[in-house]
Amino acid sequence: MVDPVIWDIGYLFSAALFILGIKRLSSPRTAPQGNMLGAYGMLLAVLVTLVKMYTEEVIGYELIIGGLLVGSTIGYVMATRVEMTEMPELVALFNGFGGGASALVALSEVLKRIQDSNVPEQGVELYATWVAIGLSGIVGWVTLSGSLMAMGKLRGGFYIPFSKKDERGRNKWVNFPTWGPPWLNFVKGSILLACFSLIGLTIQDPHNYDYIYSMVFLSCLLGILFVIPIGGADMPVVVSLLNSMSGIAAAFTGFVIGNNVLIIAGSMVGAAGLILTFIMCKAMNRTLAAVLFKSFGGGGRETVSRSKVGSDPEEVAMVCDGISKCVIIPGYGMAVSQAQHAVKEFADLLEAQGVEISYGIHPVAGRMPGHMNVLLAEASVPYEQLIEMDDVNSELPETDVALVIGANDTVNPVARSGEGPLGGMPIIDADKARVVVIIKRSLSVGYAGVDNDLFYEDKTMMLFGDGKKMMNELNAAIKEL
Amino acid sequence: MLTMTTLVASITVFVLAIFLGFELISKVPPTLHTPLMSGANAISGITIVGALFLSNAEFNNGDPGTASWLAFIALVMATINVVGGFMVTNKMLGMIAGKKRRGGK
Repeated sequence: MVDPVIWDIGYLFSAALFILGIKRLSSPRTAPQGNMLGAYGMLLAVLVTLVKMYTEEVIGYELIIGGLLVGSTIGYVMATRVEMTEMPELVALFNGFGGGASALVALSEVLKRIQDSNVPEQGVELYATWVAIGLSGIVGWVTLSGSLMAMGKLRGGFYIPFSKKDERGRNKWVNFPTWGPPWLNFVKGSILLACFSLIGLTIQDPHNYDYIYSMVFLSCLLGILFVIPIGGADMPVVVSLLNSMSGIAAAFTGFVIGNNVLIIAGSMVGAAGLILTFIMCKAMNRTLAAVLFKSFGGGGRETVSRSKVGSDPEEVAMVCDGISKCVIIPGYGMAVSQAQHAVKEFADLLEAQGVEISYGIHPVAGRMPGHMNVLLAEASVPYEQLIEMDDVNSELPETDVALVIGANDTVNPVARSGEGPLGGMPIIDADKARVVVIIKRSLSVGYAGVDNDLFYEDKTMMLFGDGKKMMNELNAAIKEL
Repeated sequence: MLTMTTLVASITVFVLAIFLGFELISKVPPTLHTPLMSGANAISGITIVGALFLSNAEFNNGDPGTASWLAFIALVMATINVVGGFMVTNKMLGMIAGKKRRGGK
């Protein structure tokens, strides 16, 4: 018999590796190393667990080995096949799996205890264990169903399987709904309260399966209702909040199985995710409560009454000829049309003429934290050219051309006035540049539902159309000059 | 056996680790927001340890029982989270760091 202390020491090493890993992930130079340390920590935790189980008597290997093999294969294939543009969905999906795993561990534990007649007597142990199981279940199920919803929203919609195919052989596409009347908050609050009451009821009567399954059902419903009112532009906040929740769920699972490494790793991830959530909220000048409970831009959308004559790519190409500095400001539209490679080609063409290029990145541009950075990195844009909002704003007054591709609210000057839905949100001062070129499908309002004065200024040239298509036409026009 | 003492010890670890998490990630450049999130997400797959313990079951007459099947699904999900999460993070970081080295004209 091995002294059980040895296992705790092994887990302590693995927790230390996680701490170092997260620390190094927060600086660009050390980040790849940080990720490796995290992976080693995980490998160590799994090995310690397997050896511990081996020495303490393994009843059956089938599920253990099968689960590890199936999971690794699926994880490997998904990670290898993923395109950079699908990254937000995949991160949301993995996150949901993490939360779901914690919830299932809690459920499995409670069923096993009932099955083995191992339910503790009334007292500290029953209270602590059952509260931990309940919380881990609630947070875990909410994370799973919420993340799956978020994944659907990030994708924008889904194909209905077996439905009638169109001429291109695709199934019917349905947009993912965003729906949130004010009374929904009341419903969500009641469900949350009901979940907590169910924890109380399971403590009173630990053998009642109805309470347990009601809790599973209500938590899943809560996750769905939690994400459904939240619209596209708030997705960075929700994705990082769900990430935080999957950590918290793992920490509660640590209480359930009495293992410190889960508590440490889980709560650290929870805290780190929460910080990222607040960074996102700050960048949008909204409070977390406003993101979660107020449907944004739903009512009172301004209608566009003014009009603006669109320019054509040849005109823009001529304007871009002989300039010395160009700032490219990407938004979600670039991600949707997958225009990042065309944008990079445009930058290369101008750089060949000696133009200084930089990219102005708004912190909440896109659908997940750092979305634009990842896409542009995929298109081989040098890291040094990606400039944060505050720094690029000091460059913009000396800029000849600001090219805005697929962004709207993040460059809307009305935010500076401090009024309306966008009031006070920090923006990129595209309007300070000498000429502004905006690639956008139409003049329609952005996510906040506010008309954008920048479109109608004399120095603004609008290129109406799909981001990638217009970029390619623009590139062709530049080459012809 | 869970006693008051072990419970309080666990809560202590929980609270301290939350503070540690806040301290660790005080300033992160935007480029790393996505990798940090997906790396942290992979670490939250630590619940794999719990799934492993509970998957330890016997196939009597071919059926290990509901609890074990649930643990098996948990194990598959946690493993996807862990393996996929670290690989994807590595892929992203490779791209960002790789570009960094070649960049700068």
